[in-house]
Amino acid sequence: MPNTKQWRLVATAVAVTLGATTLAACGSDDDSDAQSGPVSLTYWTWTPGMDKVVDLWNKGPGKEQQITVTVKKQASGDTLVTKILTAHKAKKAPDLVQAEYQALPTLVSNDALADISGEVGDAKKDFAEGVWQQTTLGTDAVYAVPQDIGPMMFYYREDLFKQYGLKVPTTWEEFAQTARDLKKKAPDKDLTTFSANDSGLFAGLAQQAGAKWWTTSGEKWQVGIDDAATQKVAKFWGDLVKEDAIDNQPMYTPAWNKALDTGKQIAWVSAVWAPGTLTTAAPDTKGKWAMAPLPQWSAGEEVTGSWGGSSTAVTTDSAHKSAAAKFAAWLNTDGDALAALAKEGGIYPAATGAQLSGAFAKSPEFFSNQADFYTEAAEIAKTTAPSAWGPNVNVAYTSFKDAFASAAKNKSDFGAALKTMQDDTVADLKKQGFGVAE
Amino acid sequence: MSSLAVGKAEATTGTRPGTVQRPPLRGRIALVPTITLLLGALYCLLPVAWVVIAATKSGSELFSTFTFLPGSGFTDNVKELSAYRDGVYWKWMGNSALYAGLGALLSTAVSAVSGYALAIYRFRGREAVFSVLMAGVLMPPVILAIPQYLLLAKADITDSYASVLLPLVLSPYGIYLARIYAAAAVPADVVEAGRMDGAGEWRIFTRVALPMMIPGLVTVFLFQFVAVWNNFLLPYIMLSDDEKFPITLGLFTLLEQGANTPALYTLVITGAFLAVVPLIALFLVIQRFWSLDLLSGAVKS
Repeated sequence: MPNTKQWRLVATAVAVTLGATTLAACGSDDDSDAQSGPVSLTYWTWTPGMDKVVDLWNKGPGKEQQITVTVKKQASGDTLVTKILTAHKAKKAPDLVQAEYQALPTLVSNDALADISGEVGDAKKDFAEGVWQQTTLGTDAVYAVPQDIGPMMFYYREDLFKQYGLKVPTTWEEFAQTARDLKKKAPDKDLTTFSANDSGLFAGLAQQAGAKWWTTSGEKWQVGIDDAATQKVAKFWGDLVKEDAIDNQPMYTPAWNKALDTGKQIAWVSAVWAPGTLTTAAPDTKGKWAMAPLPQWSAGEEVTGSWGGSSTAVTTDSAHKSAAAKFAAWLNTDGDALAALAKEGGIYPAATGAQLSGAFAKSPEFFSNQADFYTEAAEIAKTTAPSAWGPNVNVAYTSFKDAFASAAKNKSDFGAALKTMQDDTVADLKKQGFGVAE
Repeated sequence: MSSLAVGKAEATTGTRPGTVQRPPLRGRIALVPTITLLLGALYCLLPVAWVVIAATKSGSELFSTFTFLPGSGFTDNVKELSAYRDGVYWKWMGNSALYAGLGALLSTAVSAVSGYALAIYRFRGREAVFSVLMAGVLMPPVILAIPQYLLLAKADITDSYASVLLPLVLSPYGIYLARIYAAAAVPADVVEAGRMDGAGEWRIFTRVALPMMIPGLVTVFLFQFVAVWNNFLLPYIMLSDDEKFPITLGLFTLLEQGANTPALYTLVITGAFLAVVPLIALFLVIQRFWSLDLLSGAVKS
């Protein structure tokens, strides 16, 4: 008899569990529309001061709509993507995440990001075409709202350029000549360095040259890392390193900071956020730098790449997707929110209208000598070339760091390093089960 | 037969911690080993010296002055660090102390009980259990972090203090050490004598065996404490609320703020320096427990 009793218990338990699952399934299907009662959302972000920006929401529009957002501050970078994907595997990803543009395809291909085109479609008009395109991945869906961008620029020591009689290069050819001229006049100094420890820089330079690293043809991915445009960029920097016209030491090291601070290196190819980096890296050079557009491949062109930048996305695990999308749209298009983001988080906004707003009327403190810094920056931002990211950018980036670091150190063939990067990326795509067009 | 052989092997290894082998005295210093060790010490201590000195430098001094020249900004650095986001650094420090202290204590307790049981009792499957534990020793805890996360996510206790503490409690290496130590330091005769006198097993363990195992358990505690204090991946995967972060994670978020924000080098360096101070203090305080001559007075070998 005890056996039947036990059996009945098990059967009931199974029935109840099944029932609960079905109910839960119903609930999660239509939750996004039928929003009633207060909603609370969690948001993983690395932007400093984001909690203060979110406070504006929680006290203002959020209060009216009964949507409360809680910030959980994270460390930036590829590790966060891994963390989001792990959490997603357990169906525990937060409602909102900050994600760099190049990470979006990875997250989307793992089905971690929700399509929020219904809620944020109107925001499209606030952004430049090339920026918005990165959040749609070339589809009709929208997977994120752009937050900040990093259009690339050329930074140089104004005083030292004058001292050595150098002109600001407008083409890459002139850039190479400037490097050689400096070597002739001051052999112990370098115009700049080729560093392989941040792949975003090289990706941006390739993007400027017109490279499209990941494209789709039909149902297959096509990897174009080893394409003509990127080969041109790799050869250019490889030749400069080989003939000792520029340094080959990595950036972001104490030695690099010192080289910038003491004027051993007198220029840096960087992005709009460079003033912040220079403030800590080279504190003694305040007011001595100036910013100019990136050198071009042909005279008269106006194209730049981007290095950095991120977006706000809603995850598929969120039980309140439309509420989360509302917040994402507010955060990145509302004037007050963007002003607070610029003030607290030091970001350069993706929204075109905010790039010349109050927070950017004055130059960054480190560049007080260049009054039109942000007007110039906004002009440059408009010329950003479209980017093409794929589902395994992290693999390509790691391969870049390994292959190019040793190529730069040994002053060997950059073309071979590029080939390695291409092969590693294609091999990984195949391993992950994506179709790859050769 | 095999168990007998194992028991014998243990008996021989068992005498080692008790007998102090003095090296034969010689008049001259062995030059080559001494120099090699000194170089090794220099290699290990140089980065520590760098952190200590760099922690005293202000932001503008950090990369511009000579590397081993002490700077003038230590108190400012500490003040700035304490002020960062309303003193969240000290919260991280407290969290680390909780994870490492409580975690190491719990894990030492589990190690003591299981190590003792494996060393003293003969039961079916004992060697199998021990073999599994040995396999666990070889398994780096890092690769278990993600499965543990998925498991705890099912139980719905991720992003809590318990989610970091629970996986730490069972430490194969700690149990292994405790077993070896118990086999060596707790003679079977003593346990037998306790039984003759009518003491229960629990009483024998707590009153007789445990005091004998203290030096070994101190080692287990220290190992665990340091391992947890320096642990990164497990809390990284488990926690999303930075109010619950241990110091390793906190410093990581301080360093990785995104490209458009200046990295807070001085804060991170000062933070890293302050984070090793408790570890050094702990070692200095606990060190004396190692010198206890435990076996004296129990049995003569």
